[in-house]
Amino acid sequence: MIRLRHIYKSYRMGSMAVPVLKDINLHVRPQEFLSILGPSGSGKTTLMNIIGCLDVPDEGEYLLDGQPVESCGEDELAEIRGKKIGFIFQQFHLLPDATAYENVEMPLLYHKIPAAERKARVEETLERVGLADRMTHKPAQLSGGQQQRVAIARVLAARPSIILADEPTGNLDSGSGREIMDIIRGLWQAGNTIVLITHDIHVANEAQRKVYVRDGVLSDREEDI
Amino acid sequence: MTRKIIRLSLKTIFHNKMRSFLTVLGIIIGVMAVVTLVSITQGAAAGITDSISDMGSQQITATITDEDASVSAADVEELHTYSAVSGVAAVNTFSETVKKKEETGTYSIVGVTPEYFEVQDLAVQRGRKIAPSDDECCTRVCVLGTEAATDLFGTWDAVGGTVRIGDRTFQVVGVLEEQGSSLAGSDDSRILIPYSTAERMTGQTGVSTFYVRASSEQEVEAAVSIVDAFLLQATRDEDAYTVNNQSDILDTMDDVSGTMSLLLGGIAAISLVVGGIGIMNIMLVSVTERTMEIGIRKAVGAKRRHILLQFLCESCVLSVLGGAAGLVLSFVCIRGYDLLTGSGSTVNLAVALASILFCAGIGVVFGSYPAAKASRLQPIDALRRS
Repeated sequence: MIRLRHIYKSYRMGSMAVPVLKDINLHVRPQEFLSILGPSGSGKTTLMNIIGCLDVPDEGEYLLDGQPVESCGEDELAEIRGKKIGFIFQQFHLLPDATAYENVEMPLLYHKIPAAERKARVEETLERVGLADRMTHKPAQLSGGQQQRVAIARVLAARPSIILADEPTGNLDSGSGREIMDIIRGLWQAGNTIVLITHDIHVANEAQRKVYVRDGVLSDREEDI
Repeated sequence: MTRKIIRLSLKTIFHNKMRSFLTVLGIIIGVMAVVTLVSITQGAAAGITDSISDMGSQQITATITDEDASVSAADVEELHTYSAVSGVAAVNTFSETVKKKEETGTYSIVGVTPEYFEVQDLAVQRGRKIAPSDDECCTRVCVLGTEAATDLFGTWDAVGGTVRIGDRTFQVVGVLEEQGSSLAGSDDSRILIPYSTAERMTGQTGVSTFYVRASSEQEVEAAVSIVDAFLLQATRDEDAYTVNNQSDILDTMDDVSGTMSLLLGGIAAISLVVGGIGIMNIMLVSVTERTMEIGIRKAVGAKRRHILLQFLCESCVLSVLGGAAGLVLSFVCIRGYDLLTGSGSTVNLAVALASILFCAGIGVVFGSYPAAKASRLQPIDALRRS
C-alpha cells in the first residue's frame, strides 16, 4: 500500500542544507495499524508530510497503491490527498468560522459529490463519532475532544484508504485522549489503514507494529538507532 | 460548487461587516459619483436639446458681428424672393428700464416685424400680435412675455394696460404663450415692440440679427446658402457674419454634453480604480490572515484553482456589492437633485449597468494578485505557519 525506498529529504537553512530524512525505507500493508515513534526534531513530521503527499522527497521512491508519487505536480498531489489520505492533526485544524457540519462537508465540496450524498455522509459520520447533536456548533463552542472528533468525522466523510494521525492526543487531557484513541482503534478494526505518529510510547503501543525514527533514520528496533 | 463558493464569499464578507464596508467605500463613492454625474449631465443636455429642437429645425439665425458692416431691413426683405425661404424677420434687441406703477425692472426689448411671430412660431395667449400697421406707423404698442406680464401686472390682465419703456408709454396689446428658457436666458421675460418703433428708440438703422424660416426641412441647406451668399455680398467679408441653423446648434450641444459626460465620468472612474486598490490591499491582508484556512483546504484536497476561485469570487462579490450600494445611493442623489431643481434627470440605465460590470471587472483585476498569492501557498508552509 505504502512503499518508501531510500527516501532523502533536507531543508535549506540559509546557505546550508540540513538533512532531515536519511535513507528511509518503509512498507505499510493494507489494513495495518503502524505507529512511528520518535522524539521531537527526529524528522517524524517531515516523514508524515511525505507519506501524506503534502511534500515530496528530494531523493528516493514513494509508491502509493503502486503509483509513483515523488514526481507528481501540486494539483496531482492535491487530488491524491483528497481521494486516498485523511489527516488527523494535533491542532485539529478545523475552520474556526464554520460549523461542525460545514467542516465535515468541506473536503466533499472539492470531490464533486452530489448534494444529497454529501448531506447523508456528513450526518452519518458525525453520528458515528457521537456528535449528532453538535452539528451546528462552531469549533470554539466544542471541547478539545469534541473538536478532534469533528476532525475525525471530516476524515471519514471523505472515505480515504489511509488515515494519518499526527499526535492526535497531544492537545487533549487523558480522558479525551483515551476516547480519541478508542475511536482510532475502532477505525482500524473496521478495516482502515492507520499510520500514527507520536512521541508517546503509551499511545504508540496501541498499534499493531512500531517503528522508530531518530535523527532522520528509521528502524524497526529501538536499540538500532 | 459555484453557488457554494458565492455563499462562502458572502459569509466571509458579512462576517467582517465593518472591514468589508470600509473596503468597498471607495467603490461605493466611485459608482455613486459616476452614475450621478453622468446622469445629471445627460439629463441637463437632453433638456437643452429638447428646447432647441422645439424651436424648430427650419429656423436659421443670421448675426452680423462686424459693427462696420451694415445691412438694412429693406435689404433683408429681399430674401423673400427665394422659394427656399418662407419668412424673414429682422430683430432689434436692446435693454431698457420698464415701469408699471411701483414695479421697475430692466427687460430685454425686442423690436420685431409682424412676420417675426410666424418665423419664430410664436403665438399669443391673449390679445393680438404686432400688426403690419403698427410697424408702418411706429405705434407704441407691446406684446409681453408671460413672465414680464406677471412681474408687471401680477394677476391682473395685462392686455389693455400700459407700461413705460424708457421714457415712453406703451400700450400692451397681447401676452405671449409660455416659451420656457433657452440658452440665452428666459424668453418669457421679453417685451416685443414694432421694429420701426425700436429703430426710432435706439437710433440704430442697420440690422444686426435676423431670422429666416426655410420653407421645409429639406430646403434648410439651400436657405442657409442663400442667406450666406446674401450676407457675403452685402458685407464683402466672410468673417463679418455668422449663419446658424438649429441642427448646427444641436450638433454642438451634443458634442459639448458628450465631452462633459466623458470628462466627469472619467474623473469619477478614477475613484473606482482607487477603490479597487483598496480591495486589493484588504484581500492581501485577508490571504495572510487565512493562511491556516488555505493550508487546511489544500490538505484535504483543494487544488490551486479552487483556492484561486474562492478568493477571486470574494473580491468580485465584494466589489459588486459595493457597486450596487453606490447605485442605490446614486438613485437617491439623482432623485434629490431632481426634486430640488426640477430638472427631470433620471438614472442613465446604460451607465448604471456599465458601472456594475466595471465593478465586477475591478474585482477580477484587483483580486487576481491576492488570489494567485493564496493559491500558490504550499500546504505544509501554510499549516506550519499557523
